[in-house]
Amino acid sequence: MTATLAPHREPGSPAPASSRRLADRVFRIREFGIVAVLVVFVAVTASIQSRFLSSTNIQFILVDATIFALLALGETIVVISRNVDLSVGSVLGLSAFLTARLASNTHGLPLPLVFLAGIGIGLLCGIVNGLMVTIGRVPSLVVTLATLYIIRGADVLIVGGGQVVPSSYYPSFLTISKATVAGIPDLAIVVAVVIAGGAYWLRTYRSGRELYAIGSNPDAARLAGIPMGRRVFTAFALSGAIAGVAGVLWASRYGTVDSTAGTSYELQVVAAVVVGGVAIFGGSGSVVGAAIGALLLQTINSALYGLGVSPNWDQAIAGFLLILAIVLDRLISLRLTASLRRRSARRGA
Amino acid sequence: MGPGEEDGHRSPGADAGADAGEPGSPAEPAPDSAAPAPVSRSAPAGTSPPEPAGTSPAAPVDTPSMDSPGTPPAPAAPVNTTSPDSPNTPDSPNTPDSTATADAGTDAGAPVVLSLEHVSKSFGAVRAVIDGSIELRAGEAHALVGENGAGKSTMVKILAGVHQPDSGTLLVNGQPTELHGPAGAIGAGIAIIYQEPTLFPDLSVAENIFMGRQPLRRGRRIDGREMTTEADALFARLGVRIDPGRIARGLSIADQQVVEIAKALSLNARVIVMDEPTAALSAVEVARLFDVIAALRADGAAVLFISHRLEEVFEICQRVTVMRDGRHVLTSPLAGLTTGDLVRAMVGRDMPERVAGERGAPGAVQLTAQRLTREGVFTDVSFEVRAGEIVALAGLVGAGRSEVARAIFGIDRYDAGTVTAGGRQLRKGSPTAAMTAGIGFVPEDRRQQGLVMEMSIQQNVALASLATLRKAGIIRASAERSFAADWAVRLSVKYGRLTDPVSMLSGGNQQKVVLAKWLGRRPSILIVDEPTRGIDVGTKADVHNLLDRLAGEGIAVLMISSELPEVLRLADRILVMREGRLAAEFTQAEASEESIMAAATGQLEAQER
Repeated sequence: MTATLAPHREPGSPAPASSRRLADRVFRIREFGIVAVLVVFVAVTASIQSRFLSSTNIQFILVDATIFALLALGETIVVISRNVDLSVGSVLGLSAFLTARLASNTHGLPLPLVFLAGIGIGLLCGIVNGLMVTIGRVPSLVVTLATLYIIRGADVLIVGGGQVVPSSYYPSFLTISKATVAGIPDLAIVVAVVIAGGAYWLRTYRSGRELYAIGSNPDAARLAGIPMGRRVFTAFALSGAIAGVAGVLWASRYGTVDSTAGTSYELQVVAAVVVGGVAIFGGSGSVVGAAIGALLLQTINSALYGLGVSPNWDQAIAGFLLILAIVLDRLISLRLTASLRRRSARRGA
Repeated sequence: MGPGEEDGHRSPGADAGADAGEPGSPAEPAPDSAAPAPVSRSAPAGTSPPEPAGTSPAAPVDTPSMDSPGTPPAPAAPVNTTSPDSPNTPDSPNTPDSTATADAGTDAGAPVVLSLEHVSKSFGAVRAVIDGSIELRAGEAHALVGENGAGKSTMVKILAGVHQPDSGTLLVNGQPTELHGPAGAIGAGIAIIYQEPTLFPDLSVAENIFMGRQPLRRGRRIDGREMTTEADALFARLGVRIDPGRIARGLSIADQQVVEIAKALSLNARVIVMDEPTAALSAVEVARLFDVIAALRADGAAVLFISHRLEEVFEICQRVTVMRDGRHVLTSPLAGLTTGDLVRAMVGRDMPERVAGERGAPGAVQLTAQRLTREGVFTDVSFEVRAGEIVALAGLVGAGRSEVARAIFGIDRYDAGTVTAGGRQLRKGSPTAAMTAGIGFVPEDRRQQGLVMEMSIQQNVALASLATLRKAGIIRASAERSFAADWAVRLSVKYGRLTDPVSMLSGGNQQKVVLAKWLGRRPSILIVDEPTRGIDVGTKADVHNLLDRLAGEGIAVLMISSELPEVLRLADRILVMREGRLAAEFTQAEASEESIMAAATGQLEAQER
C-alpha cells in the first residue's frame, strides 16, 4: 500500500533531532545531578575528616550501599509500574534470619544453596504481594503495608528473643561481603553487574518497556493488550526475590541477625528510588539512577556518622534531599513540557 | 483469511449482478467513493473482471450481506421512524435512486470485513445494547450515529475486545470470532482510536506506536533504530512530521490522534474504529484526518466513523448505521439522505431549527479585555462584550482562545493588559475576584474542570453558590437540594435522583449541571468554552436555546467554539483568533464559514493548501 498523503514534509530533518537531543540531555542531567551532589558531599566530608576516604571506609560504604542499591533495583521495577513495595525491609529481615540460621546450623551447606534459600523466601513473599495486587485488585500500598507487618510479625515469632551471632557461621559465609578486587568489594562488582542487567532488561526488552507503559498510563496499557496482571505480578515477584538475596548479603555483612534486621528499610529504599529520579507515580526513571540514589543516601549516612553528627540528622537530611529531588523533577518536567510545546507550536503542526 | 478471499472473488460478480438489474447506473458511482474503492481492491478483485456475471452466485451472496444488519432484528423501529423516501429499501427494485446510490456509495459487492449481528450487552440492570448490528465492507467509511446513550460506545468497546457481548455474533472476514480482551481485537486486525487518546505520556512516540509489538533483533531485544525508521515511514505516509524519539507528553490533541492513527496503520488493521475523532480538532486538522481516512479506504480498510457532527458524516462516509436506545435503527447508503432524515432516525422526532430570533440591541458593556498579552500564548487581545450579546471567539485549536478565557477568569496569569468586568478592573490571577465581579466560567473540559465527578448532582450545582446557601457556616442539605432542584428543572436536566453522582449523567446533562452551577450565581457575564463538545444533537439544541435565552435576559456571553455552524447560529459578533492574535471581527450578517476559516488560517496559507 502506497497511499501517500500530501508528502510535502520530509521526516527526519533537524527539528526533531534537536528535540530528541534535548530530552536526552535532560535525562542525563538528572543522573548527573545526583552524582554531582554525591561528589560534593564526599569532597566536603573528606576535607573535614580525612579518614573518610580510607580504603576500609570506602569498602564499608560500598558494601552497605550495595545491599541498599539491590533493594532499590527491585523497588524501581515495582515503582515504574505505578505500584510500591513497602514489604522489602521485612522480607530482608526474614530472609536474613532464616538464611543466617541455615548457614550456622548446617555447616556443610554450599553457599549457592544458601542464596537459593534466600531467593526462595523472598520470592514467596513477592508472589503473595503480587497475587493480592493483581488478582485481589487491592492497591499495592495497602497490600504491602499489610505484608510489611505480617512478615515482620512472622519474623519475630520465629526468632523470638534470639539472634544468630557471627561466630556460629562457617567462615566463607562472612567473607562474601569482605572479598575485594583492587580495593573494590566483589559484592559491589557483582551487584553493579546485576543492576546493569536490570537496566538493560528494562530498556531493551518488551516486558521491560511494558512495565513503563503500565506505569505511564494503565488504561492505555490495558487497551494496548499488554498483559498487565502478569507484568505487575512479575515485578512484585522480582522485588521479593531481590529482597531475599539482599537478606543473605545483610546477614553476611553484619553477622549478628535478630528480629529487627532491616526495620524501616522500605522507606529509605523508596527515598533512594525517588532521589534517583524514578517518578513515584510510575512511567519514568531508571534503575541506574535509583542505584546512585541509594549510594548517595548511604554515603550521607556514613559521612554524618564519621563527622560525629547525631544520626538523627541523617533522616532529616534524607528527607530534605527527597524534597529537593521532587522540586528538581517538577522544574525539569515543566521546562521540558514547555519547550516541547514551543517546538511543536513553532513547527505549526 | 479463506472466506475473505472467497468474498473478494465473488464480489465483482455480485457487482455485476446488481448492475445488470439496474442498467441506469453501472459504472458511474458517486464521485467521492468511486476512486478509492475499486482501486483499493487488492489482488483477488483486480484479477477477476465481471465476466461470469450471469452465472455467478451473486444474488445469494449479495442479498444477505445487504439485508443482515437491517431486517430481522429491528423490524418495528425502522418502519415507524423512517420516512418513505429514506433508506430502508435500498435493495428494492422500485426505487432506482436508492439502488444506484447503494452501488455507488459503497461498492455493494466489496467484501464484508466485519459484522456484528444482533449483539446485546447489559451492565447489571442497565441494558446498554439490546440489539446492535453493524456491517463493515472493505474500502468504506461507515458512520455510526445516535444520541448519547444510544449504545455506540458499548458497540465500540465490544469491537475493542473490552466488553464481551452477552449474545449475538461477531464475524471477522465471515468467520465467527470471539475477542478475548484488547489483544484479541488487535490480533483480529481491529484498531480503535478513542475519543480521548490513550498514549503513554512518559514514553517516546515510536514506543507509543509499537508498544507490545516492537520490532525485535537478535535475542528478542527491541530494535530501537528499526522502530524509529518504521515510525518515520508511518508519519511520512500520513504526511505529518512528528519526531518519533520525543516523548508523547506535550503533544497537541491532534498530534496525539495522528500517533494513534499511525498505531492503527502499523497494525495493518483492516477495520479502524474512530470514536469521535474530530471532537477536539480544529477545521484544518479535521481536513487532515479526512485525507487520512480517504487513504485508509483506498488501501481497502474499513473505517467505522463515530461523530456527532453530521456534516462530517455526510462529507466522508458512504454508509451509515443509526442506533437508538441500544437498538439498530437503520443501515443505509448516505447518498439520498438528508441531515433531517438522520436526526429523525436518531431521536425519533423532528428537530426544531434554531429560533434565530433577534435578541434586540445589546446593552451596556459588561466585559472589556484590553491589550491582554501572555508571552508566547496570546498577544494584544482587546475586545468587549455587551449585556445581551453573544460574542464568539473562533479560530483553530491552539490559537489561544481558551487561554484568553482562562486568563480573563483568573485561572492563568497574563503579562500585560487589563480585564474590566462590570466597570471594575479585575485583579490578575484570581478566579474569586472574577466570580465576585459576576463572571461565570464553563470550561472546555467539563469532566476535569467543570465538575467534581464523584460528588452528587446537587452538590455540583450548589458548589459555586455555597456562600448564599450556608447558615452559620453550615450548609444544609435541604437548602442545597431545593436550590439544585430548582435549577435542574429550569435547565431540564434529565436525572434519576439529585443525590446520584454527576458521573452517571450523560455528557449533555453534565454540561447542563455545569451551566446550572454558574447560573445559580446570577452572573452578569458568562464565559462558555466549547459548550456542546461531545453532546448529542437533542441536548445540543437545548444548550443553544438556553444560551440564546440567557443573552435575551441580558447576560453578556463570551463563547468559544470550534463548530462553525454553532458560531454562526448563536453569535452576534465573531472574533477570529489566529496564532494568539485577533485576526478578524465579523458581525453575524457578514460572517460565513468560509470567511471565518480564511481568517483563522490566514489567507495566504489557505491558498497554498
